[in-house]
Amino acid sequence: MSLVDDLLAGDQRALARVITRIEDRAPGYREDVAALHRHAGGAHVIGVTGPPGAGKSTLVDRIAAAYRERGRTVGVIAVDPASPFTGGAVLGDRIRLGANAGDPGVFVRSMSARGTLGGLSTATTDAVTALDAFGTDVVIVETVGAGQNEVEVVGAADTVAVLVPPGSGDDVQMLKAGVLEIADLFAVNKADLDGADRTVRQLREMLQQRRSEGEDDAPAWDPPILETVADRGEGVEAFVDAVADHLDWLESSGRREEQVRERYAAAVRTLLREDTRDLLAEELAARGGLEEQVDRVVARETDPYSVAEAVLAPLRECVRERREGSGDGE
Amino acid sequence: MSADRRRETEERPIRCLVAKVGLDGHDRGAHVISRAFRDAGFEVIYSGLHRAPEEVVQAAVQEDVDVLGVSILSGAHETLVPQILDGLREYGALADTLVLVGGIVPEGDQAELLGQGVDEIFGPGASMTETIEYVREHAPERER
Repeated sequence: MSLVDDLLAGDQRALARVITRIEDRAPGYREDVAALHRHAGGAHVIGVTGPPGAGKSTLVDRIAAAYRERGRTVGVIAVDPASPFTGGAVLGDRIRLGANAGDPGVFVRSMSARGTLGGLSTATTDAVTALDAFGTDVVIVETVGAGQNEVEVVGAADTVAVLVPPGSGDDVQMLKAGVLEIADLFAVNKADLDGADRTVRQLREMLQQRRSEGEDDAPAWDPPILETVADRGEGVEAFVDAVADHLDWLESSGRREEQVRERYAAAVRTLLREDTRDLLAEELAARGGLEEQVDRVVARETDPYSVAEAVLAPLRECVRERREGSGDGE
Repeated sequence: MSADRRRETEERPIRCLVAKVGLDGHDRGAHVISRAFRDAGFEVIYSGLHRAPEEVVQAAVQEDVDVLGVSILSGAHETLVPQILDGLREYGALADTLVLVGGIVPEGDQAELLGQGVDEIFGPGASMTETIEYVREHAPERER
């Protein structure tokens, strides 16, 4: 039996191995993901993001426990940054998994960002596919909110929750970075701390402002603002209910179908971009490498456009020939 | 060169679980080793305090680690470590996990643990550089 068969048969270790292969881009991982894709599509994927210290891991732990009480199996993919210098990382989420440690209905996997943006989102999406095919009901993708990374990673999620710690400043700094747009719901965690009310008010004002800026024909989902105290489990049930409401809305409005299509379109585009880039890099290397071409450009023997054209032209011709020839049974 | 391609040619990072098990509440050593491993370019998952052996096993399996380092100071190694080894064996994961024990293990108990499936024991005064070197040399080869 192959690893994929073992995974589909419910073997946790095979699932863990497949995710490692995905992370490592091990030879043949694409075939694995392709085979798993046919068995995926049943999971509800929730993205949880927010700044460091917002309490994401603790909240995720409690949410997972709440789903377990409702009889659902849960997968958690926790993404942490890697050191740009050594590539090393401390992946911390296990520490906070108090409520679910030892429960085989919860599968937690820590992933390092390993220094790449596009690569991370592909790996995360593929890992979600693996958990989904494994039969996991709910997959939570948790990531530190610090920029573009998150916006890409949450592309894998049906429902995105943004955690906002109280007293995030007058401007609610993180909302400037485009996080407002990706949130399907907000959770002001540590709501027992000073400044929580004010943060809720600021969020509400910001959402109102966005509404009044005229998106009349926009789909009518109004991101709720929840207050949670994750370490005491307060607001967790309301959070899970709000996520369920969002899923209902996605389905009844037809938005989910649209979202799934958009997601796969993005996945295809990403793969094409990555693979084309690799193919071109290979072609460039075969022609003596970029440096040699640049030398010639600097010496004014040629120019960037001509170099690009020279590298690309044979590929273009080849592809066109194949396409036109495909009519006669190729 | 694309990141994807670069990654194919480079070695994959060594993944380690640093675990604290049982009632032992001192995790300074675990923190220090976690940091040193991180700085060596490893991917480190720290279990947090007070884990049951089965929780450590589950984390090691789900995280698919190459190396499991158990830090133990409480003297409970004789009961807790064999439980971890058995758990790994049940999952079929013992053979390709490098199991290290760090902390305080009396000399008289060491041979027994090593005989049960622990790969190496690092006591007080073990050099960080040597530990890292040991992991680099002995982390199991993955078939890819």
